[in-house]
Amino acid sequence: MFKEEVKGSLYIALKDLRMYYFKPPNLSWGIMFPIVMALAFILRNPSGVKDLASGLIAMSILFAATSAEAIVIVFERRTKTFERLLLAPLSFQAILFGKVIGGVIFGFLISSIFLVGSVIFLGVPFSNTVFLLASLVLSAFVFSAFGTLISVAVKEIFDATTLANFFRFPMIFLCGVFIPVSALPAFLHPLAYVFPLTYSVDLIRFFITGSYDLVHPAICVVVLIFYSIVLFYLSVWVLKRRIEQ
Amino acid sequence: MNKENIIDVSNLTKQYKDILAVNHISFTVKQGEIFGFLGPNGAGKTTTIKMLTGLIQPTEGTATIQKKDIRTQIVEIKKTIGVVTEDSNLYDELSVFDNLRFVGQLYGVSKLNREKRIGELLKRFDLESKREAKFATLSKGMKRKVTIAAALIHSPQVVFLDEPTTGLDVLSGRILRAMVKELKALGVTIFLTTHYIEEAEQLCDRVAILVNGAIKTVDTPKNLIAKTNTKNLEEAFIEITGLKEEIMLVEKEGKRINV
Repeated sequence: MFKEEVKGSLYIALKDLRMYYFKPPNLSWGIMFPIVMALAFILRNPSGVKDLASGLIAMSILFAATSAEAIVIVFERRTKTFERLLLAPLSFQAILFGKVIGGVIFGFLISSIFLVGSVIFLGVPFSNTVFLLASLVLSAFVFSAFGTLISVAVKEIFDATTLANFFRFPMIFLCGVFIPVSALPAFLHPLAYVFPLTYSVDLIRFFITGSYDLVHPAICVVVLIFYSIVLFYLSVWVLKRRIEQ
Repeated sequence: MNKENIIDVSNLTKQYKDILAVNHISFTVKQGEIFGFLGPNGAGKTTTIKMLTGLIQPTEGTATIQKKDIRTQIVEIKKTIGVVTEDSNLYDELSVFDNLRFVGQLYGVSKLNREKRIGELLKRFDLESKREAKFATLSKGMKRKVTIAAALIHSPQVVFLDEPTTGLDVLSGRILRAMVKELKALGVTIFLTTHYIEEAEQLCDRVAILVNGAIKTVDTPKNLIAKTNTKNLEEAFIEITGLKEEIMLVEKEGKRINV
C-alpha cells in the first residue's frame, strides 16, 4: 500500500515537471527574477558578493518551488484534470505529496544551478556539500508545500499569484536575502522569525561561510522540518475540507 | 440465479448549505447489471456519482461498493471502479498514449500489462492512428473515447458513466452503446446516467428515476412502461417525473408564439 502511494506520488511529480515546470513562464520566475534581483545588489556592492550567495540561492529556491506550485492545482481544478487524480486509488496525502515533490525537484535543480554559478563565477566557497545539498532539498520542500497550500486554498489563478507574492516579496527584504536580519531595525526582527526563508538563508549561509547571522543551523533544521510538516498537512486538511463541503 | 448486490446505497444524502442536492436515496445495483440513473437537470445524478466515487463526501447515509464502505474504504474501492465523468478530464498537452500511460500508472498497472492494455484499448476504440496525437487536438467524440479507455485501463469491475454520449455524433454514440453492451457481456457492472431516455431503454436492465434529489421509482424499463400504461420509457419518464404538465404548458406557449 505504502509503496503504491509513493509510486503514485512520483508519477504525479514527473507528470507535473513535464507539463508545467520546464515551461518559459516558470523558468523566467525561477531563474530570471533571482538573477535580476541579485545583479542589482551586486552592482551596488561588488565586494559583498560572497555574503549575497546564500540569500540568492535561498531566493532561487523560494521562487522556483512556488512559482508553478502555487498555481498548478488551481489550474488543474479549472480544467477538471485534478478530478482525475482524486479518482485514482491514492490518499490525499499521496496526491499532494506528488504535487510537492514536483516543486522540490524543480526548486532543487534551479538552486543547484545558482550554487554552481556562484562557485564558478563568484568564487563562493562551501564547506559541506552533502549538508548543503540537503539544506537545499529541505528548503525546497518548505516552499513547495507553501505553494501547494496556496494552490488548494484559492479558486482563481490570479488569487494564487497575488497571495504567493503577498508573502514572497516581503520575505525577500525581511529574511536576510540581501541585508542580514541582524542589520534590520529591531522592530522587524519578529517578522523575520515568522518567515521560513530566514532559516533557509541562515542554514545555507552556514554551509557557505561557516557562520550564521541569527539562528543556529540545528535550530534552522528543526524549524524548517516543522514548517514542512505544518504546511503539508495544512494543505491536506484544506483539500479534505473542500471534498467534505 | 440471484446475483449479489455490488452497489448498496442507503439513505445517501448531500446537503449544500440551503440546497438538498440528494435526499436520502436508497437502491441496490446487482453484479453485471446496467443500471440507469435518470432524472431532469439538477436532479442529483452527478452528485450521487461524485459521492459514490469519492469526489465528495455524503452529508448523511452511506453506500458500499463490493461490500466496501465509501466513507472508510474509498481508496480500496477506487482500485476496482472506473469513472467517466461528464467532462473529459485528461491532459490536453499529453498525447493519447501518455494520458493512458499516466492513468495506468496511477492505478498501479504494471508496465508490461499497461503497454498491452493500452494497445488493446487503442485498437478497440479505433484510436491507433491517434496514439501520438495531443489530447487537445482530438474531436469531442475522440476525446470521449479516450476518456472511456482511460477509465477501463485497470480493467475495473464497476464502471460509472456520467452522460457518456452527450454531445457525440450519431456514429460515436452508437459505438459507445455497443461498447457498454460489450462490457456487460464481460461481467462488468455499469452505472449510467443519461439524458437520452431512449438510450436508457435500449441499454439498461433497471433504471432509477430521480426528481429533486429523491428517487421516485426503481424498476425495469418494461415494468415502468407497463405500470404507467405508456408506449415507451420516455413517456413513462415524463409521467413519473411530473414533467407532463410542464411540457403541455411549453407546447401551449409554442402554439401561442406560432399564432
